[in-house]
Amino acid sequence: MGKYSSWDFKKRDHDAKVNMNGDASVQVDKRRGRICEHADICKGYLDDQFNQIEELQDEVSPNFVEEVVALFFKDSSRLLANIERVLEKYPRDFSRLDSLMYQLIGSVSSIGALRMKNECTSFRDHCSDGNLEGCKRSFQKVKREYTTLKQKLEKYFQWLRQAGPVEQATNSRK
Amino acid sequence: MAVDAETQFHVLAVDDSLIDRKLIERLLKNSSYQVTTVDSGSKALELLGLRDEETDPPSASLEQQEIEVNLIITDYCMPGMTGYDLLKRIKGSSSLKDIPVVIMSSENVPSRINRCLEGGAEEFFLKPVQLSDMKKLKPHLLKGKSKEHQQETEQEQEQEDNNNISSSSSSSTDSNTSINNSNKRKAMDEGLSPEGTSSNTTNGNKKRKAIDGGGLSLERTRPRFSSSSLTVV
Repeated sequence: MGKYSSWDFKKRDHDAKVNMNGDASVQVDKRRGRICEHADICKGYLDDQFNQIEELQDEVSPNFVEEVVALFFKDSSRLLANIERVLEKYPRDFSRLDSLMYQLIGSVSSIGALRMKNECTSFRDHCSDGNLEGCKRSFQKVKREYTTLKQKLEKYFQWLRQAGPVEQATNSRK
Repeated sequence: MAVDAETQFHVLAVDDSLIDRKLIERLLKNSSYQVTTVDSGSKALELLGLRDEETDPPSASLEQQEIEVNLIITDYCMPGMTGYDLLKRIKGSSSLKDIPVVIMSSENVPSRINRCLEGGAEEFFLKPVQLSDMKKLKPHLLKGKSKEHQQETEQEQEQEDNNNISSSSSSSTDSNTSINNSNKRKAMDEGLSPEGTSSNTTNGNKKRKAIDGGGLSLERTRPRFSSSSLTVV
């Protein structure tokens, strides 16, 4: 977990972050509920694609980020369970493993989960090499990244809830 | 509400990934398009009125709901029918071949991209698709629209000529049409589109505000687009 293990959201008032109205110590774009751009929570874990998803959230679709993330968790846990099963039952079926991981990479890319994507790519490399041990090691890393990501995203949503309701924009979009 | 307002462009999005369908739907709606999403090429063909002969027996076609779309955007890599297969089926159909098709893929494979473009795709987007990619859709939509409109105008023109001996009304229809075309194009460029008659009321409300300010008035003799927003997952 490295540097992120010391991040404690309960101590947010002591953190030296630029604040908007002098309220929260983490910069929150209240209009869109977007904090990922500015909070360390995302650095290295979520890339610009996640910001794009935040950009798409607005008054018309106010829970968009949460909905996408929920879909991601649902989709990923299903795929991870499938890969686990195939590794147990048909360990040498590299083409099936590769195909499942390809689907997972799709979801992972769509949400912008950089570190997890890199581990998934490693897994696929091991599949092409026919390296079962490599696949198994890589898969453990993929699962760890997934768990960490899940924790970070859950914290992210906690932040949003604590920051208060999203203000409605007064101007319509261009 | 019976007004002269144009209905929105309707885009059909095809992707087997749940997340990607959600994202593309939001991207498209954000750009003021009416969206229908499906999870496979064969479902797309069903909706468009082309049966996938390999999977659907003739009796199944009776209950199909057909929609009209202005653009199809599809993932390349899908189980069963790939995006490329879907592209070929669409371009091979006399009723659908003029619908612009855009292909999306997470893999940047030049031979794949070329194959798709040569197969008739208008654009190839790398995933994850961005908001900025949405702007690339407009010219293809407008081209299709003005082609259709031109055909319609020509038909109307013929009717006018046949029914009306006096030339004044035909020429005023012409000039109205060309003015309306340019107004329409301007509106599209500004990212506005007239209110649809669909149940997508939130989008509709926003656009109504924009139209009242813009003073657009488009004459349409017949509705062209399906007004229901259908999501088939």
